[in-house]
Amino acid sequence: MFWYGPFASLIPLDNLGHYLHWHFIQIGVANLVVIVLMVVTFIAALLLPFPGRQRRKENP
Amino acid sequence: MSTTEIDRQWTTRMRRRVAGRLPPEKLLPDKQPTYVSSWIYVFGVTTLAALTVVIATGCLLALRGPQWWHASSVGHFVNSLHLWSVEIFFFAMVVHLWGKYFMAAWRGGRAMTWMTGVVTFLTSIAAAFTGYVSQTNFDSQWISTQAKDGINATGAGAYFNVLNLGQMLMWHIVLLPLGAIILTAIHVLLVRIKGVVPPFEEVSKATR
Repeated sequence: MFWYGPFASLIPLDNLGHYLHWHFIQIGVANLVVIVLMVVTFIAALLLPFPGRQRRKENP
Repeated sequence: MSTTEIDRQWTTRMRRRVAGRLPPEKLLPDKQPTYVSSWIYVFGVTTLAALTVVIATGCLLALRGPQWWHASSVGHFVNSLHLWSVEIFFFAMVVHLWGKYFMAAWRGGRAMTWMTGVVTFLTSIAAAFTGYVSQTNFDSQWISTQAKDGINATGAGAYFNVLNLGQMLMWHIVLLPLGAIILTAIHVLLVRIKGVVPPFEEVSKATR
């Protein structure tokens, strides 16, 4: 067992992956999580204020 | 040597052309327009930073070899850094792509910037796939035996044999990274020459 043994149990990677089925669509849960995270990051990047933006507008 | 002769030299002509298109203040600017202060503009440089880590960790893996990355704890760590920097690279590149697509970033004579980005994306996907089949473990054996049917269906199997580990490793560590780095460099230089694409509202303000 390597030094990171205690952390390995947080996300078990030795089992088969979980898959979601919807008609002809089949996607792994891990891939779906990454896609959802990308969409959330994209929306957050559009909506969240950028630090110092107001100051830059006042003193361009 | 006369002035006319100096003017005709290819080095003189090239220097003038490069300096005209990409003066130092454009190559390494100290200011950007106000609209660049948005989170959506940080994903290009995030992709570049991840690419740097991918290349650096890839060089370490190449130096030490498969025994090291399979059997030692430091090798495992560098192998994981290589994997996760690739994950961040693609994650950031996809968000960058979505941002630029909805900005219609090919506007204002930036078609070549857009197209070099597209080709870099495709080259990176090929680099990632050849990485999957170069791991030298059961995972890579499984992936390559599955992939061969797909590649053979395209007719490219005679030239691009995913079961040939030597060929795949060479594509993964020489040809495709070289292509990705050169294309990325051209892409960044084109961004510097043409400038960062403005949002739609800035263009409509300017034309009002």
